[in-house]
Amino acid sequence: MAGKSLTAGKSLGPIRRAFAPWNDPTAKPFIQFQNVTKTFGDFTAVDDLSLNIYEREFFALLGPSGCGKTTLMRMIAGFEEPTSGQVRLDGQDLVGVPPYRRPTNMMFQSYALFPHMNVWDNIAFGLKQDGMPKPEIAARVDEMLALVKLEKFAKRKPHQLSGGQRQRVALARSLAKKPKVLLLDEPLGALDKKLREETQFELIDLQVKLGMTFVIVTHDQEEAMTVADRIAVMDHGKIVQIATPAEIYEQPNSRYVADFIGEINLIEGTISAIEGGITTLDCTGTGAKVQVTQDGGAKVGDTAWFAVRPEKVAISLTPPADPNVNAVTGEVWDIAYLGDVSIYHVRLSTGATVKATITNTTRLVERPITWDDKVWLTWSRDGGVVLTR
Amino acid sequence: MRRGPSWFNITAITLGFAFLYLPIVLLVIYSFNASKLVTVWGGFSTHWYVALLSNQGLLDAAWVTIRVALLSATFATILGTMAAIALVRYGRFPGGTLFSGMVFAPLVMPEVITGLAMLLLFVAIGFARGFWTLTLAHITFSMCFVAVVVQSRLVSFDRSLEEAALDLGCPPLRTFFTITLPLILPAVVAGWMLAFTLSLDDLVISSFTTGPGATTLPMKIYSQVRLGVTPEINAICTILIGIVTTGVIIASIVTKRREVERQRAERLAFQTG
Amino acid sequence: MAMTTDPVTPGHAGWLRWLVVAVPYLWLILLFLAPFLIVLKISVSTTAIAMPPYTPVLDFTSGLGALWEQFQEFSFDNYVFLTEDALYWKSYLSSLQIALISTFLILLVGYPIAYGMARAKREWRPTLLMLVILPFWTSFLIRVYAWMGILKPEGLLNQLLLWLGVIDQPLNIMPSTLAVYIGIVYSYLPFMILPLYATLEKLDETLLEAAADLGCPPIQAFWKITFPLSLPGVVAGCFLVFIPAVGEFVIPDLLGGSDTLMIGKTLWAEFFSNRDWPVSSAVAVVLLAILVVPIMLFQNAQKKVTE
Repeated sequence: MAGKSLTAGKSLGPIRRAFAPWNDPTAKPFIQFQNVTKTFGDFTAVDDLSLNIYEREFFALLGPSGCGKTTLMRMIAGFEEPTSGQVRLDGQDLVGVPPYRRPTNMMFQSYALFPHMNVWDNIAFGLKQDGMPKPEIAARVDEMLALVKLEKFAKRKPHQLSGGQRQRVALARSLAKKPKVLLLDEPLGALDKKLREETQFELIDLQVKLGMTFVIVTHDQEEAMTVADRIAVMDHGKIVQIATPAEIYEQPNSRYVADFIGEINLIEGTISAIEGGITTLDCTGTGAKVQVTQDGGAKVGDTAWFAVRPEKVAISLTPPADPNVNAVTGEVWDIAYLGDVSIYHVRLSTGATVKATITNTTRLVERPITWDDKVWLTWSRDGGVVLTR
Repeated sequence: MRRGPSWFNITAITLGFAFLYLPIVLLVIYSFNASKLVTVWGGFSTHWYVALLSNQGLLDAAWVTIRVALLSATFATILGTMAAIALVRYGRFPGGTLFSGMVFAPLVMPEVITGLAMLLLFVAIGFARGFWTLTLAHITFSMCFVAVVVQSRLVSFDRSLEEAALDLGCPPLRTFFTITLPLILPAVVAGWMLAFTLSLDDLVISSFTTGPGATTLPMKIYSQVRLGVTPEINAICTILIGIVTTGVIIASIVTKRREVERQRAERLAFQTG
Repeated sequence: MAMTTDPVTPGHAGWLRWLVVAVPYLWLILLFLAPFLIVLKISVSTTAIAMPPYTPVLDFTSGLGALWEQFQEFSFDNYVFLTEDALYWKSYLSSLQIALISTFLILLVGYPIAYGMARAKREWRPTLLMLVILPFWTSFLIRVYAWMGILKPEGLLNQLLLWLGVIDQPLNIMPSTLAVYIGIVYSYLPFMILPLYATLEKLDETLLEAAADLGCPPIQAFWKITFPLSLPGVVAGCFLVFIPAVGEFVIPDLLGGSDTLMIGKTLWAEFFSNRDWPVSSAVAVVLLAILVVPIMLFQNAQKKVTE
């Protein structure tokens, strides 16, 4: 199903853009975690966590391994029971309901395809459990095979399939029962980069087309940002931030989130003034004052961090004309040429390094700015944020 | 999903192990029975063990058995390891199927057939039956068990280790002794122990292939067992069980300790690295 | 890289490779394969009162010309004899029956144990495995002997049952065919547990999670996922038990009654008591012919593990 959209013709814009039930105070949460704690021995995997996921949402749980995201998902599927707290799905309390009685299905990281059954039987497995009449099973399996474009592979055994094909069988199998929630545990981890990117868009297409609630667990921030309506960034069993991909990226609420998602320059300083919507930080790292149009809840005298994304930092050989922009000066220490962009590592006189990204809009013949050049780094007052934790 | 032991699993394991061990435990207990009547408990006594020491026929048989076991286990280990390497590394050679057939067949071949066949061979070539025919027969069937044990280790062996040694200029034979052998050594040792106990225990093949003057302990026990259960046999059996159990437990503790040490070293390296 | 040490074609180390294959190969041909040919040969000789007690056929020293004459002396009388005396075919049939039923019983007893072991806590598994292997290292003869003390008329089982008041007359469990079943199940149990445990332990637990996730309750998941995937272990275990059990001698001899017919016992008696080597060879050849198919199936299964 490479490349082609399943919702042929129309863009997903009207559906995706308007969708924001989390901002609607009257919306009823579909999946609800209430003060959920899960411990394994003396290890706390999930720590007093509360979370709402809404119907038809594509929700991503993002974090490093061991942060509790998989445990959280396995509590929805029923493979783990919370040590304390409540998990509800569509108003129904899930605690104590065994996995085989839950209206959720999961796509496993390892795919967990039954090796002794062919593709057709794998997809039919869940339907047979429901005692669905045979002709209906056949029709549904064929529909699923068509959905993932694997009609020709129905009689193959899992070991006769490529990684991408196995991934699609696993997807078809978990979708066949039309679950209320589809859980995706690192679903694309085993695919190579190109196939992964293609499949991400296919997942979005599917989710919108089927109108189902998807919860995905991933440690890949690009994947989370591509597919999800909202992302929960987790650390040590707690949620650090829940927001849309754009909010997470542009307005991280902590150094942890800022650092986990994408590249960032973090500069420590002390708040010296908050006047007229402009926060001023005295940064020891840059040896200069930094002015920001946002205060991150900090007060004068607080220690805080200024965070700015490298692509928001401009680099030039001449000092800026506009006195209202932030500017520091240093020498080009190293350049990473990535093709589409180049990342400049600029060392300031204080010894701190600031990264700036330049889009390579022209074919590179000779770099206009190169090693050991004395350069100016500038960014606007609304280019970065102040973080207090 | 529920983790750890379920009620069913605990019951299955408990009953299973009770079944496996109860007869042996009873046998051991009754070897300390003072009464001559095996099944009537007459108080604790080591009387039967003392009696064993004065039974010259039994001691002779034990000495023959141990010599055969040591010799046959050693040769079986060498031959079995070679056979395992031949199977895993050089699987495709002329007659390879016949070879693997001959290695695996003795594992399941009824002993009466193997024993009869070997006896007839020794008779046909006019080899006087006794200590040496016994040893040859034991080498032959136990080498196949060694081959299977070593083979299972070789299958999971990372060949790039050997390739690295070769690449660094180490010739094949020396590579085998400096790289391969140390790494498969646990399996080779286990194979030797298995061959040793197989030889120690064997009754049927020994009965066929031995001759006058080379009576083994199991043959001696068998001839007495046919006459009935006696505390004296319980005592011999207890000693044999004791030797084998101690050997197996020591071996497993050694491997376990090595494993624990390796894991600790790995953790340390990981933390400091 | 040194040119002569290519690991695929070891160059000057060819002789080494040749040696590693040739030594065990020749050993097995001389001491395992050749004996079977001799058994075959003697099974077509006639009995003689001498030492060895048969008239030799195929004396290669007398040259090729004499060979044909020797062929004509082949006597299938021994095989004809086997068909005439009901003892033999009854022994074969009852051996197969006892081995088959025992194999099934062992599977029934061994599967839950292996399953329980494979599902035990990871840190417990090596200990449990050792506990299964330990009796396997203990002498077969001793383990059978241990049951004699329990099963005989004045044995511990009868004493216990009498004491409990369950029976008032000692049961005649031993010697009998029932005692043979108990002995075989007991002695061969580890052979079934070990391959079963090996396949069950490797079973990917996420497959069971996937089955549960798709609405399959645990008991159904066992029959649909666990059991089919453990079949290689079941097959290996059954062969490991069935083939040697058919030719078992010690257990029927010590625990069985005079009415317990098993071919291993018959062969032993024919050889050691009747001293009829040609007939015992014929018995062995027929037994081997019966077992050749299971043995080859077993070897195929083993070879697959190697590759």
